[in-house]
Amino acid sequence: MRRYLPIICLILLTIFPLVVPNDYYLHLMILVLMWVVIGTAWNLIAGYTGQVSFGDAAFFGTGAYTAGLLTTKLMISPWWGLILGGVTAAILALPFGWICFRLRGAYFALATLALNEVMRHIGTIWESLTNGMVGILIVQTFMSKLPYYYIVLTMAVVSVVSVRLVMRSKWGYYFLSIREDQDAAESLGIDSHFYKMVSLGIAAALTGVAGGFYMNYMGFIDPHVVFSLHDISIMAILVGIVGGVGTIYGPAVGAFIMVAVQELFRTGFFGTLMAAAKSTGSGYFIKIVEYFNMAHVLGFGLLVVLVILFLPNGVVGDWDKILRFLRLKRSEAEA
Amino acid sequence: MEVFFQTLVAGILKGSLYALIGMGMTLIMGVMGIINLAHGQLMMVAMYVTFTLHAFFGIDPYLSLVVAMPTLFILGAIIQQWFLNPLMKVESILPENQVLMTVGVGMVLTEVMRFIFTSDYKSVQTSYSKSAWYFWDISVSVPLTIDFFFAVGLTVLLLLFLIKTDTGRAIRATAQDKDAALLMGVDSEKITVITFGLGAALVAAAGTLLIPVYYLFPDIGGPFTRKAFVICVLGGMGSAVGAIFGGMTLGLAEAFGAAYIGMEFEDMIGLIIFILVLLFLPGGFKRLTKV
Amino acid sequence: MSFFEVKDLVKNFGGLLAVNGVSFSVKEGEIFGLIGPNGSGKTTIFNLITGFYPLTRGEIYFEGKRIDGLKTYKICKLGIGRTFQVVKPLARLTVLDNVMASAFNRSTTIKDAREKALEALEFCGLAHRQDVLARSLPIGERKRLEITRSFATGPKLILLDETAAGLNPAELNKAIELILKIRDNGVTIVIVEHIMRVIMSISERILAINYGMPIGMGTPQEVADNEEVIKAYLGEEVDFA
Ligand SMILES: Nc1ncnc2c1ncn2[C@@H]1O[C@H](COP(=O)(O)OP(=O)(O)OP(=O)(O)O)[C@@H](O)[C@H]1O
Ligand SMILES: [Mg+2]
Repeated sequence: MRRYLPIICLILLTIFPLVVPNDYYLHLMILVLMWVVIGTAWNLIAGYTGQVSFGDAAFFGTGAYTAGLLTTKLMISPWWGLILGGVTAAILALPFGWICFRLRGAYFALATLALNEVMRHIGTIWESLTNGMVGILIVQTFMSKLPYYYIVLTMAVVSVVSVRLVMRSKWGYYFLSIREDQDAAESLGIDSHFYKMVSLGIAAALTGVAGGFYMNYMGFIDPHVVFSLHDISIMAILVGIVGGVGTIYGPAVGAFIMVAVQELFRTGFFGTLMAAAKSTGSGYFIKIVEYFNMAHVLGFGLLVVLVILFLPNGVVGDWDKILRFLRLKRSEAEA
Repeated sequence: MEVFFQTLVAGILKGSLYALIGMGMTLIMGVMGIINLAHGQLMMVAMYVTFTLHAFFGIDPYLSLVVAMPTLFILGAIIQQWFLNPLMKVESILPENQVLMTVGVGMVLTEVMRFIFTSDYKSVQTSYSKSAWYFWDISVSVPLTIDFFFAVGLTVLLLLFLIKTDTGRAIRATAQDKDAALLMGVDSEKITVITFGLGAALVAAAGTLLIPVYYLFPDIGGPFTRKAFVICVLGGMGSAVGAIFGGMTLGLAEAFGAAYIGMEFEDMIGLIIFILVLLFLPGGFKRLTKV
Repeated sequence: MSFFEVKDLVKNFGGLLAVNGVSFSVKEGEIFGLIGPNGSGKTTIFNLITGFYPLTRGEIYFEGKRIDGLKTYKICKLGIGRTFQVVKPLARLTVLDNVMASAFNRSTTIKDAREKALEALEFCGLAHRQDVLARSLPIGERKRLEITRSFATGPKLILLDETAAGLNPAELNKAIELILKIRDNGVTIVIVEHIMRVIMSISERILAINYGMPIGMGTPQEVADNEEVIKAYLGEEVDFA
């Protein structure tokens, strides 16, 4: 049963727009699938290769700006940005990786964080190119959400399948060896510096493609959206961790959960909180709910803390732990 | 020339506060081996403590040091005890779990402060906030000068503590070799809690000292966290003396960058230094002097 | 031209001369022993040979080619395998995956690497543990995994660092057997060992060092009779049986 689960999910995802012809849910699913791409990419470099990136937004934003600038500056279809966004993100990632992978330990994590900031500053300051804070606005190709849905579904499937293929090849073994013990890996003939760059290159390219898609889909970007530390970089980490670090389908599960959680916070549990507060008629409660709706970052932060404390290997990685926990509870109830 | 000296003095004064920030971070780095990405956020909390004391009780910011530092020591100790130490026992794939935890803690601290104080800019106006004294032709801010002496005093106290006291020696021993320290009978869990508390108290001091001359809002933590890790990397992670050099360097670089290149680049200068260090001096200043 | 040679090796750790003027050469197909009291610099010599640390001074030649200054992985590719005294299993991978990761050193496809890994596991007597996670192995089998892994890279020379430490007598005999079998398979061996029974019985020649400096060299008997070696080991519990 477990073996066919991915296929079943894929079929469900394919017919989803036919079953639920609702633009709001379609929009959410498009976001989920975009996060599947980003989370899968993050998982490759962090979960499988052990090099935790805190700055995925740098690659995402680079992809997004590539797509946007192709249209506004060169009058080329922004869809080229899907491919070229991946290329530019990889071009950014490779020399960056070459520099920071010479050092071990926390340097890479810090450097990605710094890269994230640098890219946002550049996006803001270099107004002649990027329009600065004003951002980039393009005309979307399709009115309907349907084409976007199937495009991003294809992207998600391609990224999951390609990471799966990579992990079942020599590269995959090398990535895992580097994660487990870099000294041992080197002594087994593995060029850890080079293979970390390979892993980062692939991850950045996938993330850049996701960025290119975002530009196309949303039609608008600015530096604070696409280079956001919280909404992109931390979100990518959460998607990876909540689903399951170092598992193939973990990030897909994580994307689903995280987009749902984000949406719940953003809408105040689809307005139910506000309705409940209003029904009490207490201005105080209404005020609290208003704050709560604004504080989705607080929810994010709490989630980071709780997940790391209790589910460090995510829903997929800690699945047995969850089952045991539930069973324990049930047997207690029965007793 | 006058601009040059003016900038030099400003850089040194600022650098002394950065050294304080960096030393807290570097202690944590040295003992626990983690980068504390909530460092700036802890500073921000301390600033709100000081702000509140001033706004409600009219307490002078410098006097608040005796409240803000212990408060943050306790907050830091709690974070280490209940949020970081448990992670050592949890089996997980990512080595950076504790670092991620500090990110989460930082986000929570920021949002809780936003909840209480809203996103508005706050500042504390004291009678001496804008006053200056003259050193030949150079005007020097009075509060920044007081800050400088406080920072130097606290730095000396910290170094004395690390060298002279048993706890200080245990901290240094743990930083040098965790296993050896364990063998020598050091209670490593207690040491980590004290270290994080101390790191938080130091950055709290920096925040409190900044209050008379700076403004305050919840998101101020992030940029200072980044400054802190740049200082740490510059000094060679884990070296207290390195952090002093790192802090001074960053202070001077920012001052000169802002004066000669442009204000909008001030924030980027730290990051550029970070990249340069990574390229040409991996290991930081420690690499040069081999301390 | 000798098969493997180090000349005047020196390593300075910030003032501490861990290795101070060690030279030796190893003939193809022999078992060469390296002994010395704790902290005398044996592991450091291995780390220098395999490029984990840069040399302070000295030269290292392998099959006539100078190899000091090369990166660790390149040295492995040239045909020098090693084990770690403090074992470094790829903890969350299975034993088979551990060995496959090293078998890729001379194969590119999964299928080929798998075959080579299974062969190596069979050869080293660890085949029955192939599906176990490396971290759940007991210490004896971890040491054996170290050997298997370095053997699977297809080396011409293997550096064994205390692979017999912590083994019980039965395991010890099996370890000796395995080392001899590897030698008979055409692999030259440099071995560091504290258990004299092992090193005396299998080495053809032995170099003894103390404080990073050579103090005696020759056949096992010559080294065991060497005044300086006996003095260096005085106070240590060694059994020259
Ligand atoms: N990375 C290092 N930095 C500083 N000193 C080191 C380092 N590695 C080893 N040393 C020192 O070099 C000396 C030699 O150590 P080494 O590990 O080579 O000894 P050994 O002969 O292998 O000892 P043992 O029999 O205990 O394994 C020791 O004094 C050790 O403390
Ligand atoms: Mg040794």
